[in-house]
Amino acid sequence: MSTATLTQMSGSRVTLPRVMHMEWIKFWSLRSTIYTLAVALLVTVGIGTLSTALVDFKANGPAANDPTWDSLYGITIAALATAVLGVLMTTSEYGTGTIRATLAAVPARLPVLWAKVAVFAAGSFIFTFAAGLAAFLAGQAILSARDLDSATLFDPGAFRAVVGAAVYLTGAGLIGVAIGSLLRHTAGAITAVIGALFLAPSLLPLLPGSIRDTVNPYMPLNAAQAFITVNGPGGGDLSPWAGLAVYAGYLVVLVVWAAVMLKRRDA
Amino acid sequence: MIEVNSLSKRYGDKLAVDSLTFTVRPGVVTGFLGPNGAGKSTTMRMIMGLDRPTSGSVTVNGRPHAQHVAPLHEIGALLEAKSIHPGRSAYHHLRALAASNGIGAERVLEVIDLVGLSEVARKRAGAFSLGMGQRLGIATALLGDPKVVILDEPVNGLDPEGVLWIRNLLKGLAAQGRTVLVSSHLMSEMAVTAEDLIVIGRGRLLSAGRIGEFIARSSSRRVRVRSPQVARLRELLLADGATVSGIEPDVIDVEGLDAPKIGERAADAGVVLHELVPEEASLEEAFMRITKDSVEYHGGSGASFAAKGGVRR
Repeated sequence: MSTATLTQMSGSRVTLPRVMHMEWIKFWSLRSTIYTLAVALLVTVGIGTLSTALVDFKANGPAANDPTWDSLYGITIAALATAVLGVLMTTSEYGTGTIRATLAAVPARLPVLWAKVAVFAAGSFIFTFAAGLAAFLAGQAILSARDLDSATLFDPGAFRAVVGAAVYLTGAGLIGVAIGSLLRHTAGAITAVIGALFLAPSLLPLLPGSIRDTVNPYMPLNAAQAFITVNGPGGGDLSPWAGLAVYAGYLVVLVVWAAVMLKRRDA
Repeated sequence: MIEVNSLSKRYGDKLAVDSLTFTVRPGVVTGFLGPNGAGKSTTMRMIMGLDRPTSGSVTVNGRPHAQHVAPLHEIGALLEAKSIHPGRSAYHHLRALAASNGIGAERVLEVIDLVGLSEVARKRAGAFSLGMGQRLGIATALLGDPKVVILDEPVNGLDPEGVLWIRNLLKGLAAQGRTVLVSSHLMSEMAVTAEDLIVIGRGRLLSAGRIGEFIARSSSRRVRVRSPQVARLRELLLADGATVSGIEPDVIDVEGLDAPKIGERAADAGVVLHELVPEEASLEEAFMRITKDSVEYHGGSGASFAAKGGVRR
């Protein structure tokens, strides 16, 4: 074979949309992406139907009735799947050496992180919004068949909650993207994300009561949950929009940190 | 054109690259040689902007790599074989990288065909052999039709047919006016591929220039002489200030006199010669000689023997 087939090219230059196109191709060209998002969807819908089929409002008392949250309860488990998918999006580049080819193509570096965040957010949101919607509709149908309180999408806060479920799941994944980019090793990053999102809240009871009650609403997934709650227990929980702001705050801090380190470190 | 200027890289207390300065010119294949741990890969990573220099600078076609608007069109690199996610196909790997620089799918198919991976391009790359990984790496390097190509150990894992293919590919790229920098530890391969040579050891520049000059400069001129009257000849040559070492009962190696002089001496004294062979040092010998003090990782007796320049044919 000869090199004579090489063609001359012009007009090729790096732009952010093009880097996003690159990440879009990378994201969807792995089977694990589809599998993991499918798992997140199945868990969300499956646990939502289970929880609405088993929930006992009378035992909980009327103040705690939140049929919307009951139908979306599966996201607390499904977030594991999206968080791991987010971690893999960045750590797999380091684990396989693909990062060197990526940064050779985009030596400015930061567009790669912005593009990963954007592509993950878009790809994950589509799937998880569908999952939340399906879980909500199935769950409410089950509740109404059981003659229990149920909600419709047009009830105040219900649609926000369904969108919130996608925000909750996608946000967990984006936290994974950022932590993966910071730690670069799959096992370490998954451990860190699970520790921060899922295990830290369960360590709170070790703290003195007043501190615990102050800190608890600000744990990332608790804050995100506040955005989903329609009929919350009240008390120390954040308002929906405050919850969203806190959750977004975590994300911004982690992504900016990841950006600084991506720019600074040797690849 | 690659210009490396007083480039240094420190990892902790180890100076991996120490004030390197050299230029890689377009139009020829430049070999990049050095013992293991000499800093070749680190230097290449700094050229690509992957590692930040501790001091000094590198420019590719006049600018640091990160400042190019179309990076893949300026420089393409193979730094590690099999730098691909095992779950992704070669096609999607290349398609994604191409997309970042606005390069179309047509070009992706072209480079896949160029490196001979058309049959397996749609399969997951996890099953690729080392040789196929190298070919994919070369396809990646050529994706943007770059003016500069740098390849770190491209013939690793390739079969003889693949080695020949790389050799012709590199020469072809250079003939088109591109800058080609290629590292290898296969001296014989370098000897037939490269025109220029950059040799480093312990992070320092040992030699930069034409390969022929390198060999001439770093080799001792030795002449092998076979004669039935070797003892007599030895006395004559020693008297002329030459250095003589015995190889076999009737064979000596002579340094310090060239073959015509030795022949004339022998004729004057009526000494019969059966062989009079000037020995050109090989690139390998020249390399061993110049790097003997800068070999990072000595092996056992075999390696240290080689490192002392004691290789004889």
